[in-house]
Amino acid sequence: MSHRLPEPDRPWMMRTYAGHSTARKSNELSRGNLARGQTGLSIAFDLPTQTGYDADHELARGEVGKVGVPVAHKGDMHALLDGIPLDEMNTSMTINATAAWLLALYIVTAEENGIDAAVLQGTTQNDIIKEYLSRGTYAFPPAPSLRLIADMVAYTVEAVPRWNPVNICSYHLQEAGATPVQEIAYALSTAIAVLDEVRARVPEERMGAVFGRISFFVNAGVRFVEEHAKLRALGQLWDELGRERYGVQDPKHRRFRYGVQVNSLGLTESQPENNVQRIVLEALAVTLGRDARARAIQLPAWNEALGLPRPWDQQWSLRIQQVLAYETDLLEYPDIFEGSKVMEGLVAELAESARGEMARVAELGGAVEAVAYMKAALVDSHRERLGRIEAGELTLVGVNRYQETAPSPLTADAEGGILVVDPAVEQEAVDALEGWRATRDEAGVRSALEELARVAATHENVMPATIAAARAGATTGEWAQALRDAFGSYRAPTGVGEAAAPASTEAVAELRDEVARVGEALGRTPKILVGKPGLDGHSNGAEQIAVRARDIGMDVVYEGIRLTPAQIARSAVDEGVHVIGLSILSGSHRSLIPDVLDALRAAGGEDIPVVVGGIIPETDVEPLEAAGVAAVYTPKDFELTRIMGDVVALVAQRNGIAAAAA
Amino acid sequence: MNGAALGARLRERDLTAAPAALNLVENRTPAARAEIAALLAEVAPSRLGGEAPAHVVGVTGPPGAGKSTLLSALAAAWRERGRTVAVLAVDPSSKRSGGALLGDRARIEADAADRGMFIRSTAAGERLGGLAPATRAAAQALAAAFDVVVIETVGVGQSETDVAEAADTVAVVVQPGSGDALQFIKAGIMEIPDVLVVTKADLGLVALRAVRDLKGAMRALDERGTAVVAVSSVPPASGIGELADALDAHREALDLPAARTHARRLGALADFVAEHGERGLRALGGRRDAQRWLAGQDAALEQPALLRALEARAGL
Repeated sequence: MSHRLPEPDRPWMMRTYAGHSTARKSNELSRGNLARGQTGLSIAFDLPTQTGYDADHELARGEVGKVGVPVAHKGDMHALLDGIPLDEMNTSMTINATAAWLLALYIVTAEENGIDAAVLQGTTQNDIIKEYLSRGTYAFPPAPSLRLIADMVAYTVEAVPRWNPVNICSYHLQEAGATPVQEIAYALSTAIAVLDEVRARVPEERMGAVFGRISFFVNAGVRFVEEHAKLRALGQLWDELGRERYGVQDPKHRRFRYGVQVNSLGLTESQPENNVQRIVLEALAVTLGRDARARAIQLPAWNEALGLPRPWDQQWSLRIQQVLAYETDLLEYPDIFEGSKVMEGLVAELAESARGEMARVAELGGAVEAVAYMKAALVDSHRERLGRIEAGELTLVGVNRYQETAPSPLTADAEGGILVVDPAVEQEAVDALEGWRATRDEAGVRSALEELARVAATHENVMPATIAAARAGATTGEWAQALRDAFGSYRAPTGVGEAAAPASTEAVAELRDEVARVGEALGRTPKILVGKPGLDGHSNGAEQIAVRARDIGMDVVYEGIRLTPAQIARSAVDEGVHVIGLSILSGSHRSLIPDVLDALRAAGGEDIPVVVGGIIPETDVEPLEAAGVAAVYTPKDFELTRIMGDVVALVAQRNGIAAAAA
Repeated sequence: MNGAALGARLRERDLTAAPAALNLVENRTPAARAEIAALLAEVAPSRLGGEAPAHVVGVTGPPGAGKSTLLSALAAAWRERGRTVAVLAVDPSSKRSGGALLGDRARIEADAADRGMFIRSTAAGERLGGLAPATRAAAQALAAAFDVVVIETVGVGQSETDVAEAADTVAVVVQPGSGDALQFIKAGIMEIPDVLVVTKADLGLVALRAVRDLKGAMRALDERGTAVVAVSSVPPASGIGELADALDAHREALDLPAARTHARRLGALADFVAEHGERGLRALGGRRDAQRWLAGQDAALEQPALLRALEARAGL
C-alpha cells in the first residue's frame, strides 16, 4: 500500500448543533451557518419538544426555546426549514422520545413542499437507553419506547431508505462519566437491544440493510490517543457483532458509521478560552486515523460551560473543522496508525474489557433490563472522576492547576460572552399555539389522534398513524399524551441508591463528624432535598451532590428529574428537610428558581434555605441571591466536599447552632 | 416545639400539622421526649373518645416488587374514595456513613396541590426490616388525623414482625415468578399476611400462576381469610379497587381496640428496650414477665405513658 492516497478524501459532513427561541429565529441561524460553509444541518430542540409537552404545559415553564427550538406542529417545522432544500440537505435531529413524531413532521413538511420521503437524508438520534442513563429526556417506559424505535427502523428502511433512524449514542455516556470501556460496552449493548427488537419486525434478508442503517453518535475527550483507539475498538466490535450475531454478509453493511460531538464534560468555565485547544485536540481524536474517521462532526463552542453560544461562537467552531479539513494534509493519507504497536495494543485492551462488560449486561438480560446496573456504574465512574479532580490527580488546566489568570476580554460584555434567550419567546409560543389550535380542522385532528391511540394499543407500526396526525395538524403535546395514555408513565432509576460507599478522605471524615455534631444539636440527622426542577434531564451534578451528601452522613431526599416547583416545595416541607439543593443546567434558572421559592412560601417552607448549582452565568448570581437563594455554585466550584461543608454550615447557622470549635 | 399543640391540631384533623409533628417525633433530644409524650397524649384514645380512626396499613415486599407504583395507584384510589392518606416510607439503606438516600425508591406519584396526601421517608430501625421508634410514634400521631396511614417497608421473611405489630392490616407485595414469599410462607418463616398482592398482572399467565400457587398455599395452611389479589399498573390498570376492598374487609373484621392496645403495649416495650437495653429488660423480669404485666394495664394508656410505667417498674 502506498503511503499516499491517489485522491485526497472528501471531508466529513460539517455541522453545528443549533436552535433556540423560535422556529423562525432558528431558521435564520441555520441559513447563516450554511452560508458560512456548514455542509449539513443539526437541529437542537427545546426540552418541551424533546419530552413531548406543548409550550402551555406546566412542566414547559421556563424551558421554551432555551436549549433548542420549540416545534409544536407541522407549521413550526415549515418555518424551521423554510428555504432549505430538503432533497439535498442532510439533517441530523437530536430527538429521542419524540423522534417518531419529529420525523413525521419532517416527512410531512417535505411532502407539502413536493419532495418524496424516499430522497430524504438525515438522522434521528432516537436512542432511548441513554436517555434513562444520562440525558433524561425520556417520555415513555422502556418497552414501548423500544417498540417506537423498532417501528421507525422497520418503516424507514423501506419508505425513507436514506435515513438513519437510530443514532446509538455513546456521547452522553461519556458526559455522564463513562470510562472508554463503559462507553463502548453500553453503546453496543444498546445497539443489540434495538437490533433484537427490529429482528422480529423485518424479513430475515433485510437484516443486513437494517444493520447498515444503524449509526452511532460518539464522544471524544481530550485524551485523544486513547479516544482514537476507542473508536477503532468500536469499529472492530461492531463488525464482529454484525458477522456473528446478525449474520450480516456485506462488509459495507458492517462498517462502523459515526457522527461526533466532542466532549463537553471537560470544557471549563474557568479560563474558557482553553476550551478551544481542548476542542481542537478532541477533533483530532475523531479524524486522525482514516480507518476510524467520523462521517459527520459538530464541535461545541468555547463558551458552552458558560451558557448558550452566539452565532460568532458557533462560527469559530465551524472554522476549526474547516482548517482541519481544508488547510492541513490530514485527508491526503491512508490510515496513519496502521501497524502502530501502541494503537493496536490500546485497541486490543479496550475491546477485550468492553467484551467483558457487554457480557455482564447480557447476563442481566440486556441493555433494557440492565438500565439500573449501568446507571449505578456511571454514577460511580463519575464520582471517581470528580474525586480525582478534587484530589489533583487529574489535571484540569485553569481549574485545579494554573488558576492564576489575567482578566479575559472574551467574557467582558454585559451578558458575559453568551447568548441569552429573550424570556418573551415563551409567551409568544403559547399564543402561537393557541392560534394554531383555533384555525386547524379540529375534527380531523381528533380522529387522527384516536387512530393513533388505537394503533398504540396494538402491535401495528405506529409510523403511518403518526404521519397522519402530523399531516392533520396535531401538536407535539397531543401526540405524546396519546401515547402516554396508552403506554403509561415511567421514572428512570437515579443510580444514586446503589452507589457504593467510597474510600473516605480526611476531608470527608471531618465533615462526617461535623454532620454528627450538628445532628446531635438538631435532634435528628441533617436532611437535604436535592431537586431538579423543570425538564432538564442532565442529572449528573445532582446525583453527585446527593451521593456526597449521603457520604458525609446526611439524610438525602432525591426523587430524580422533572419535578415541578410545587412538587419540590411539597416534598421539602413534608419530608422536613433542613436545606434544599437545586440543580439546573438548561438556562431556565431565571424563572424556575424564583418559582421554587414562591412555591416554598405557599407550602409553608419559607424558612428552608435554598442553594443552587448548575450552569449559572456570573451575571445571574446576584439576582438569584437577591431573590432569596442562600448560595450559588457554578461549574468552577468543583470541590464537592467544600460545597457540602458550606451546606452543613448553613444548616447549623439557620438553626442557631454555634460553629464548630476550630 | 409544642407537642401538645401539634397533637391537638392532629386531633382536630388539621393535616397541615403533619410535617411539624413528624419533625418532632423524629427528634432524639431529651427535651423532645417530653414533647412527643405530650403530643401522643393528645391523640390517645381517652382524648379521642376511642381508637384513632385511621386504617393503619403495612405494605411490605422485596425491592423491585413494584411497591411504589402500587402505592401510587392505591393512594389515588383511596383519594377517589374521599380518604386522606399518609405514607411513611421506611428506608432500609445502609447506615454505614450515618446518612441515607431516601425517596430514591419510594417516589410515589402524587399531586403536589393535594393536601389530603402526605408522604414522608423515614430511616429504618437498627434491625433489618425493623421500625425505628419514631415510625411507630409517627403512625400513632398521624392515625388521629388521616383516614389511611401506610407504613411501607422493604423485605420478605422475618422482617415483617414490627410492621405487623404497628399496623391494623398487613399486605405483602410479591411479583410473579419470584416464589420467595411462597417458600417463606410454606416454611413458616414468614407470618401469614392479611392480604397478598401479586403485582405485574399484565404479565398474564405467570401472574395467574403466582395467584393460584399462593391461594393453594393459603388453603393448605387453612388460612382462607388471606385475600390474594393480582394488580397491574400498566394501562389499563386493574385490581386496585379490588385490593382496596380487600384491605377494608380485613379492617372491618378486626377487633380494633384489642389490636391497637396490643400494638401500643408492644411498642412501649420496644421503646423501653431501645432506651434501656437488655439490662433494663432484666430489671422487669424478662420480656415475658413484662408483657404479662403490660397486659394488666389500662387499655387506653398511650405508648409513652406505658413506657413511663415500665420505667417506673424497673426502677429507672
